[in-house]
Amino acid sequence: MKQFLAFVKKEFFHIWRDKRTMFILLGMPVVQIVIFGFALTNEVKNAKIAVLDASKDAASISLTAEIDASNYFDVVRTLTSYKEIDAAFRSGQVKMALVFPAHFNEDLQHFNKAQIQLIADASDPNVANTLSNYATAIIMDYQNRITHGRKLPHTIAAEIRMLYNPQLKGAFNFVPGVMAMVLLLVCTMMTAITIVKEKEMGTMEIMLVSPMKPMLIVMAKAVPYLVLSMVNITSILLLSVYVLEVPINGSLSLLVLESVLFTLVSLSLGLLISAGAGSQQTAMFISLIALFLPTVMLSGFMFPVENMPLPLRLVSNIVPAKWYYTIVKSVMIKGIGITAVWKETLILFGMMIFFLGLAIKKFKIRLA
Amino acid sequence: MRTLRFLLQKEFRQIFRDPSILRIIFVMPVIQLLILPWAADYEIKDIKLAVVDLDRSEYSRQLVNKITASGYFKLTDYSASYPKSLKQVEKDEADLVLQIPGSFEKSLVKENESRLFMALNAINGVKANLGGAYLRTIIQDYNREVRTEWIQFPRLSSETSIEVTSSNWFNPMMNYKYFMVPGILVILLTMIGTNLASINIVREKEIGTIEQINVTPIQKHIFIIGKLIPFWIIGLVVLSIGLLIARLAYGIIPVGSFLTIYVFAALYLLAVLGLGLLISTFAFNQQQSMLISFFMMMIFILLGGLYTSIDSMPNWAKWITYFNPVSYFIEVMRMVVLKGSDLGDIKYHILKMAGFAVVLNGWAVFSYKKRS
Repeated sequence: MKQFLAFVKKEFFHIWRDKRTMFILLGMPVVQIVIFGFALTNEVKNAKIAVLDASKDAASISLTAEIDASNYFDVVRTLTSYKEIDAAFRSGQVKMALVFPAHFNEDLQHFNKAQIQLIADASDPNVANTLSNYATAIIMDYQNRITHGRKLPHTIAAEIRMLYNPQLKGAFNFVPGVMAMVLLLVCTMMTAITIVKEKEMGTMEIMLVSPMKPMLIVMAKAVPYLVLSMVNITSILLLSVYVLEVPINGSLSLLVLESVLFTLVSLSLGLLISAGAGSQQTAMFISLIALFLPTVMLSGFMFPVENMPLPLRLVSNIVPAKWYYTIVKSVMIKGIGITAVWKETLILFGMMIFFLGLAIKKFKIRLA
Repeated sequence: MRTLRFLLQKEFRQIFRDPSILRIIFVMPVIQLLILPWAADYEIKDIKLAVVDLDRSEYSRQLVNKITASGYFKLTDYSASYPKSLKQVEKDEADLVLQIPGSFEKSLVKENESRLFMALNAINGVKANLGGAYLRTIIQDYNREVRTEWIQFPRLSSETSIEVTSSNWFNPMMNYKYFMVPGILVILLTMIGTNLASINIVREKEIGTIEQINVTPIQKHIFIIGKLIPFWIIGLVVLSIGLLIARLAYGIIPVGSFLTIYVFAALYLLAVLGLGLLISTFAFNQQQSMLISFFMMMIFILLGGLYTSIDSMPNWAKWITYFNPVSYFIEVMRMVVLKGSDLGDIKYHILKMAGFAVVLNGWAVFSYKKRS
């Protein structure tokens, strides 16, 4: 035990003396939370649009002003011909064009019917869809107003309540995802790299000839990162509660315990990678490309898992972050207890045993 | 020139003698490009709907039928208890609960107005917003049908209406893959380029071989160029493979010319490789340089506009994107591939990217010191 503690101390020195690395390890979650919390929204705001108004009458001008005044749109260009739309899209200046035909107001007044055309740059389908929806809603509002809000018979009114996240903040979705991402990266990548580094530098040999059990040497490497992850979890939770105002609705101790479990999964995954990789470069590429991108894309926090084709939905089940993400969402945001997440917890536990077992089996005591 | 040739020979040998790195450079992007675009689907469909029908009347059934027939919703639960349905939301087995009150049909017919109540799981705000909007549109449609059923005289045709038609250019099928594939290709290219370059010099430092170079008469800029060219070529090869996959697997044929893509990519690669080399000259060991490059990549990629639109970011974040080479390349790729923009359309992008390339590489040459 004393030997083990001495090794842990050595690892702490390694990290502690490399100030830049430590700064990044501790600063990364902070930066991520800030970016995700404030800069990344799937909402569309201030989209630049162009207007092609062939009538330029009272109705079309007031409707344009109304669209411009909304938070969603900024009218940045007025076009004079249909051909200019293509050029405006192609240079990327605008995302949507609003086309009023000639005699818009007249049609509206005399025939009770007028037309507007919305042309969206659908190279980003999501934005195109959202913009068309918003613009249609504004136009419909305008239309209701000019009919003087006459009350129609047989009306079905719908009342909507947004559960868990009444202000529809993006952070509610992102914070659990960032937690998964940071923990996975810090633990997996860093443990894998430090172990492989010792191999590459040749110092591993020195340690292997010591009376310490080889497995304990490797374990000792994981301990500091476990501690570091706990610091990161604390800072993420503090930031999300006090800066992003994302509440912790469930039990804090359950949340921390689950995070420790996920950290252990990531650490064993790091050990496994280190057993397989020959150089730091390989270790990094495996953890980066095989872990980071799938974690971002398949864990469900960027893109909904239920939308994916079946093979990918199956693959997503072996991504540890997916289970952790579900757990954090349930415990932190929905505020439900262990009874609802025991299945996910068991799966993570199983993964940990599996990765650790495989890592121990693959670990070579002798150098090539 | 002769020195450069020998340096290049050395670098290429170093790369090609490490099969694990080669595998990573060429196989990983292929696999990722084949898998990831399938995951990146924002389209909101199959919203899981739980209906609490307290009315169980002709009208309530009609409404539910109409909702499920729309294709956006999947009925997962049909019960008569709201708390039970709420449990379904907790377990993620329902996204949306629609409650139809007991007197729905009666009050609609006799009192001219009835209320529906819906509760949405709003953890994912966008999904909740769109789901709610879809459902409201369907209810309005249904409402109109009911109205025409009850009002014989077509008085309603005198209701003023503005007809909105919308068309979607460049991607009329609204295929999300057309949007994601060029972006993901950029990310893969960036990750490979920066990481390879950022580790490279530092690796020589760590192993000690840099001393051998430092004692030769090789000039600083020749050394940096010698490091740059191999990765630059590899990057262009990876790009070509990526474009080939985009064509074979996703049927994406750039509307614009390949020349435009390659001209910009060539400049872009110089810029990101320069960034990598710069990191490399600053870092003391591989671990550090990996972390630094990873840290920067993360910020660049997240703020690059791959997942979320740059237009909706706050101003401070937009300022960062002006200094983000990734966001320029993603934008250019999408413009050329989907809209067919030509060199004239992207001339400012090209100028800015050339600026990045010159500054970053110049800085890398400057900060590489032969003395330790």
